[in-house]
Amino acid sequence: MQVSVFIPCFVDQLFPQTGFNMVKVLEKFGCTVKYNPNQTCCGQPAFNAGYWSDCKPVASKFMNDLADAEYIVAPSGSCVGFVRNYYERVLEDNQAAAVNFGKGLFEFSEFLTNVLQITDAGATRHGVATYHDACGALRECRIKEAPRKLLAQVKGLELREAPDCETCCGFGGTFAVKYEPISIAMGEQKVLNAMNTGADFIISTDWSCLMHLDGYIRKKGYPIQTLHIVDVLASGW
Amino acid sequence: MGIKQDTFLRESRRKASDMDHRRKINFSLSQSHKAFREGQLRFSNVEAARQQAKNVKWKALENLDKYLEEFEKNFTLRGGKVIWAQNAQEAREAVLKICRDKQAKKIVKSKSMVTEEIHLNKFLEDNLIEVIETDLGEYIQQLADEPPYHIVAPAMHKSREDVAQLFHEKLNVEAGLPPEQLTLVAREKLREEYREAEIGITGVNFILADIGGVAVTENEGNARLSTSFPQTHIAITGIEKLLPSVDDLDLFWPLLAAFGSGQNITVYNTIFTGPKQKNEPDGPQEMIVILLDNGRTKVLADPEAREILYCIRCGSCLNVCPVYQNIGGHTYATPYSGPIGAVLTPLLEDLGQYKHLSYASSLCGSCTDACPVRINLHKLLLDNRHKAVVENYSSRSEKFGWYAWRKASLSRTIMNMAGGNMKNFVISKLFGKLWGDDRELPVFAPKSFSQLWKERD
Repeated sequence: MQVSVFIPCFVDQLFPQTGFNMVKVLEKFGCTVKYNPNQTCCGQPAFNAGYWSDCKPVASKFMNDLADAEYIVAPSGSCVGFVRNYYERVLEDNQAAAVNFGKGLFEFSEFLTNVLQITDAGATRHGVATYHDACGALRECRIKEAPRKLLAQVKGLELREAPDCETCCGFGGTFAVKYEPISIAMGEQKVLNAMNTGADFIISTDWSCLMHLDGYIRKKGYPIQTLHIVDVLASGW
Repeated sequence: MGIKQDTFLRESRRKASDMDHRRKINFSLSQSHKAFREGQLRFSNVEAARQQAKNVKWKALENLDKYLEEFEKNFTLRGGKVIWAQNAQEAREAVLKICRDKQAKKIVKSKSMVTEEIHLNKFLEDNLIEVIETDLGEYIQQLADEPPYHIVAPAMHKSREDVAQLFHEKLNVEAGLPPEQLTLVAREKLREEYREAEIGITGVNFILADIGGVAVTENEGNARLSTSFPQTHIAITGIEKLLPSVDDLDLFWPLLAAFGSGQNITVYNTIFTGPKQKNEPDGPQEMIVILLDNGRTKVLADPEAREILYCIRCGSCLNVCPVYQNIGGHTYATPYSGPIGAVLTPLLEDLGQYKHLSYASSLCGSCTDACPVRINLHKLLLDNRHKAVVENYSSRSEKFGWYAWRKASLSRTIMNMAGGNMKNFVISKLFGKLWGDDRELPVFAPKSFSQLWKERD
């Protein structure tokens, strides 16, 4: 099956390896992966900041860059949720196309379980992990079980639930810089609760959350790491 | 940056790192979360209940003018009086006039967020009228000379030890009394006040158009006592609290109880339909309902923003909000805090001065999921942000920043320019200080995915 990949702007710039790992996993399960290098960003940062007229041309370009794809997969619940639920508002003069475009777009873990019908990616990663429900994935895309099913099949990995797994990590885009003290406090509570489970890793579907938590962890020198679910599922083979 | 935004940021920083505050709030909120989960389970189909409730409020607000007049007609038939107050000042002055007419020196009041909104207590006290809060949480806050911390649980930030210490200092009782004793102390003090007050002031949970009544919900019974002894009852309400019919209460009373405090039904639910009637044994001689606009019709006129007026003031959105959890109710410095306050305050008052409340959110969406009347709270935060930009409240440097972002995002070439080192340098210069001292910055990869993909081929 032909699958186009959507590489979010921050994955493209900061975590390209995750993009390649996603391609690796998709190819393992029989997908022919296409990538249009012209794509840049879905436009969410400007939309969330209230700058809808700056968002619109970027969103339009994004939709054009991926127009011909039947399936588009992205390693981010936040971007997928934005396109699915808000493109209709952004592209008010092209609403039908926007809604249709959203239908073909999938977050990586939901694509694996719902479309490819896979729960065992054949991965190995030793350690204890706790899963963080990124807000975009959980509330915009209603993703809850898919990542957990996939992680349950990873050899050597023990998954433990943190009591606040559904609580926001505190990134929230420009919120992280504009309201830094609140952002930090939210991140701090997440990290402390994660460490209390005894976990070595915090795993999530979104690098936006993970890089914010990771920044805090590295500053404090805490003995816990952040991992993206794509990278975990690409491990050990 | 405005003064209010500066203060908000400063207070956020202080509160977010106050570990004593965090401990108390986490404790109180964990109780609220447990109650919320139990409350949800009481419904055979909570989603249907929420949707139904949203539809009822939609109908009420779409026809608000008609229903308010219907309420007035039915309420005045039984001798009740209705005053239409355009703004806070008119409402305050209406109350003062009634106090003067009755030569009232003392008022007992039950908990009412709308009276906080119009700053009623201070105004009356400046006019030498004593006001006593009879809800235990509000009574505590009044003793502490603080505004309410939460719209449903005004003193949730105070531990039992804090309250014991407060009562010891202000009421001269022994130090370290347990909660049961503290409640009895308050009860005894307040009993005299109910008897002496000439006027009782309450808020309103629901205005009932078809029967011409107002419904008041409480757990303590203090609203009932505040309206039983005094000869005059003033009920103050925002105009949006309307329900078309008394029959709507069979959905809204359980909804408010379940979402607000996890209860099956709140302890006392009263419907007031006017002063004492000829055939009734008791009741106040006079009852006045003050219908307050204070910016609500402005919000009503906006078809997108209008749904914020569906709010039944249950407090659920505050309880699930991670921002509220870290900064607490007082940091907002407005009568309405949490997500409802963050949406409503800029709309009711002034977007320029209060837009920071709509920006102080990570848009997690928990509020939208928790709302019993399905208000799209986090979407409304986004709408407020957009409004603030369109109405030109943003700085030139910020506008330029997004213009630059747009240019870069429209060009793959620009995004690939400069290697990782250059980008790390630029970002640390631009954002390093804002990212803060408590986090390391993320590190740019030497080459982007797009560049590496080309090389792969």
